[in-house]
Amino acid sequence: MLLDNQSLTFNNSHSPTIQLSQPVLAAVNLCKNINSNDKTLHILSGLNLQCMPNETIAIVGASGSGKSTLLSLLAGLDMPASGKVLLGSQDITLLDEDARAKLRGEKMGFVFQSFLLLPTLNALDNVKLPLQLAGNPHAEKIAKDALNKVGLSQRLTHLPKQLSGGEQQRVAIARAFAPQPAILFADEPTGNLDAATGQTIIELLFELNAHSGTTLVLVTHDEKLAVRCQRTLKLAHGQLTQVAILNSELDAMI
Amino acid sequence: MRLFNVFALAIKLLKSQRLAGELTTLFLALTIAVTATTAVSFFTNRINQTLLQQGGLLLGGDLAITKMQPIPSKYLTEAVTRGLYTSETAEFPSMLVFKDNTQLVEIKAVDAAFPLRGDFEIRIGTAAQRAAHGPKQGEVWIGPQIADNLQVKVGDSLTVGAASLKVAAILVNEASRGGDMFSIAPRLLMHKADLPKTQLVQVGSRIKYQLLVSANQRANQSFNQINQFYTWVKPQLAAGERIDDVKNARPEIKSALDKAQQFLGLAAMTSVILAMVAMCLASAPYAQKNMDTYALLRCFGAAKKTIWQLLGIQVFTLALFASLLGCVLGYVIQTILSGFAANLFVERLAQPSLMPLMLGLLTGVGMMLAVLLPQLFKMSQVPVLRILRRDFLPHPQTYLVYLPAILLTTLLVYYQASSLKLTFAMLSIVVVILLLAMGLVHLMAKLIHLIPYKDTNSQLGFSSVTRRFSLVSIQVAGFSIGLMVLALLSIIRNDVLQNWQRSLPIDAPNRFIINIQDAQKLAVMKQLLALQIVEPVIFPMVRGRLTAINDAPIDLKNYPDERAKRLLQREFNLSMAEKMQADNKLVSGRWWQPNQADQPWISLEDGIAKTLNIKLGDRLRYEIAGQIITLTVESIRTVEWDSMRVNFFAVTPPKTLERYSKSYITSFYLPDSTEQGLNQLIKTFPNLTVIDLAALIKQVRDIIFKMTIAVQAVFAFSLLAGLAVLFAALQATSEERQREIVLFRILGASKQQLAKILLIEFILIALIASIVALLGANALAYYISQTLLNIPYQFNGLLALSVMTVAVVLIPTAAWLVSRKLLATPPRQLLQSI
Repeated sequence: MLLDNQSLTFNNSHSPTIQLSQPVLAAVNLCKNINSNDKTLHILSGLNLQCMPNETIAIVGASGSGKSTLLSLLAGLDMPASGKVLLGSQDITLLDEDARAKLRGEKMGFVFQSFLLLPTLNALDNVKLPLQLAGNPHAEKIAKDALNKVGLSQRLTHLPKQLSGGEQQRVAIARAFAPQPAILFADEPTGNLDAATGQTIIELLFELNAHSGTTLVLVTHDEKLAVRCQRTLKLAHGQLTQVAILNSELDAMI
Repeated sequence: MRLFNVFALAIKLLKSQRLAGELTTLFLALTIAVTATTAVSFFTNRINQTLLQQGGLLLGGDLAITKMQPIPSKYLTEAVTRGLYTSETAEFPSMLVFKDNTQLVEIKAVDAAFPLRGDFEIRIGTAAQRAAHGPKQGEVWIGPQIADNLQVKVGDSLTVGAASLKVAAILVNEASRGGDMFSIAPRLLMHKADLPKTQLVQVGSRIKYQLLVSANQRANQSFNQINQFYTWVKPQLAAGERIDDVKNARPEIKSALDKAQQFLGLAAMTSVILAMVAMCLASAPYAQKNMDTYALLRCFGAAKKTIWQLLGIQVFTLALFASLLGCVLGYVIQTILSGFAANLFVERLAQPSLMPLMLGLLTGVGMMLAVLLPQLFKMSQVPVLRILRRDFLPHPQTYLVYLPAILLTTLLVYYQASSLKLTFAMLSIVVVILLLAMGLVHLMAKLIHLIPYKDTNSQLGFSSVTRRFSLVSIQVAGFSIGLMVLALLSIIRNDVLQNWQRSLPIDAPNRFIINIQDAQKLAVMKQLLALQIVEPVIFPMVRGRLTAINDAPIDLKNYPDERAKRLLQREFNLSMAEKMQADNKLVSGRWWQPNQADQPWISLEDGIAKTLNIKLGDRLRYEIAGQIITLTVESIRTVEWDSMRVNFFAVTPPKTLERYSKSYITSFYLPDSTEQGLNQLIKTFPNLTVIDLAALIKQVRDIIFKMTIAVQAVFAFSLLAGLAVLFAALQATSEERQREIVLFRILGASKQQLAKILLIEFILIALIASIVALLGANALAYYISQTLLNIPYQFNGLLALSVMTVAVVLIPTAAWLVSRKLLATPPRQLLQSI
């Protein structure tokens, strides 16, 4: 699909020119510190990252290395101590919380380890939620389609507690893709699932991602998951280092 | 673990939770409940103490025999023979004239021995002093109000009836008066020996005679003497004679107080019920939050006993502090209540005992234990591993944990109401309100689905209500009960007074003259006509006691109804008339013809006939001044009592009672400008009593006003408790809300959008709550006005609007206060806390 946007101009075709086009998302000299007990902990120190259109990136690292912090900063859920986060050409760190929320609603999708579904809303209403918040008049239809795509067309009126873990994560994936975001952030999407279910979820995630041409930024411990991404970046000492370039291409070469 | 260490740890854990919402709710709700109950019980306790401690003083002796006619001498003789002290008094209302002013006063003529118990506080110069006995012969003591109204000073001479008596002192306080709830006039105290001179005692005058008796001193032996005398008198009492001892010193105050106590008690119970709801709502999250600590402590090897000690100390400390605070606030509130009510019941209230304090502490600790212990017990049943692995149901659906709280509430309501019927009625109202709230929320949920939306924010706001159905219903019910009682009291206070006043025409009679003697009748009428009073109608009045119905002597035991008992114990005012009064309507039978003027017939008012179970054709035997007459009920009619015109329960044909001694009564409208002329009339006929209805109406209104403010003050706690329910419900859902807000923020909702969704949810709750409150308040007001007050019910639109406004402002504001922090927190921070 083609993402054409006033603030973002990029080519999302699957051609090798991908590296030449403008990044969808970029972190420039990103710093994040935490002050505790008169000591300053440097979580991120001058981190740089470029996410190209349609690219899939896995961020790996030890517990406490700052993976989730990085994700929050990239999604505008948190503010850095210094540095920029560019969405297209726009520095989102200069925006206020409401403007960032608006950008999130328009351009970002999220999948969490703990699913984060509203327990009092049924599957359909959960998927409808971001569309409703953005004032989309076709929320119902889009949400139904999205649930259909994740294989839950028969479970529309079920509450999260009536669904299994895997099913809940599928609802979350449907919710993430329904508004057709430019970037999808996934934070340990298989962390709460058993291996088999996790595998199904991975397949679903990548399949939908391929279909919609979304940029995927994935935080994970799961090597199987990381290896499916085009790039794997390791976060250590507040910096990202590239583990492998274009995993899939390397795989293909081997 | 040593107990001291357990205690220290318990307090530390409690402190660490002090900022948690549930603890605040538990604390505040309990404080509100204890404040309401202790305020009421401090207040009623003080009045009870006053009555008990000062029983003898209020009575003026150890025993009092009362009759509306002179007391038979046998009682006096017997008392003297038994070596008891005695004193005789006579009490009656009369008009007092000084220069050109008149004043209705309550005269009490006492002998030199009065009072046998207690004393007086009088003022001759500027300083107050105590006096053991009443005024000397030729002197009077007057209440400060008389001195003010008539501009009389000590040393002036006052005309009391036909006598001129010197004002010797201002009567500041008279223990034996106590303060009648509805006494309409200030006191004038005179010597009994001066009574004949005044010529105020005439046939048909309403005079209360009392014989006071006391033993020498308050020793056991003396009490025995008094008891023996009481036992001797009791069986000899004839109709209309009454004996009171210190325990029942002021029956009229006692009965008014019992009612007030019951009412205020129930008012306090409304807060207790609501506080219980709030506490129950807060108890589950409180227990949940304690679970982790409990599980960890178990992992670290703490014995179950230690954990129970920890929890027990925490719960008890929390209960104790909240209850103590409640007791202190309750004490402060009762001083305000007492200030309002002091002049209505007794002039000076005794200090309260420690009883209400004990009761408050007991209620508070009991409530907290009843709410929290079952929750904690349930928690202790969950295996530790399941808690640590979060492998437990977050809110196990067992309502059994609320059973102790429900039982305790029922018990507390029963304790205050001391009637099963009232307890049942009160709890039923709560259940009905809850059902009504659930019904309306359900209906709203249905309607919401039917409306096609354009605005997605509104849809999300509306759906919040339906998603939290049970909690929203409880919130609505809790808040609407608080609103309902306040609305009800406003309706009753305003509407009753306004309706009553509206039913009075502008020229409705505003003066009654009673005690007009046969010989004075023509002269009085002449003077009234000279005052240009339009058609003063004068009615004859003969006083007689009903002794038998259809030849069966009256036995009070056959009349369970209190009103019937009272009516039968006192004398009836029988009147005679040729024509039925214009505002009367015949219900059955027929009115007599001019040629039947001396028939032994009687026409009864419908209400009294029903109360005494008298039917058309029944024969009523009356005793009039020792003579017997039997009258047949010829007709039954209704009377417009509100018209303020003179009306009688019982009327006979114009000549039937002619041979009996009678007095006359008249009522008329007196314009303000002719007040002086009326004073002249009183000077000419000093035995007449003028009752100023305007003053009486004003006094009744004052009393109702003061009492409703006092009751409203107690009910204001219900509103606070209703708010506590709201807060508790908010707290119970706070995790859920937090999760929602985070998600909404992540998914792109702006603060404004979130605020709008929140506002819509709570405005909806407020609207439903105010509708429930108004339905409830108006239904109860309708019931009260139709069945208890007999006035037409009127819907008050302005009040309805104010209730809605209060709800729509208060509820969303409260919700905003609780949720605004969540709205202002960056989503990342919130994300970490879920």
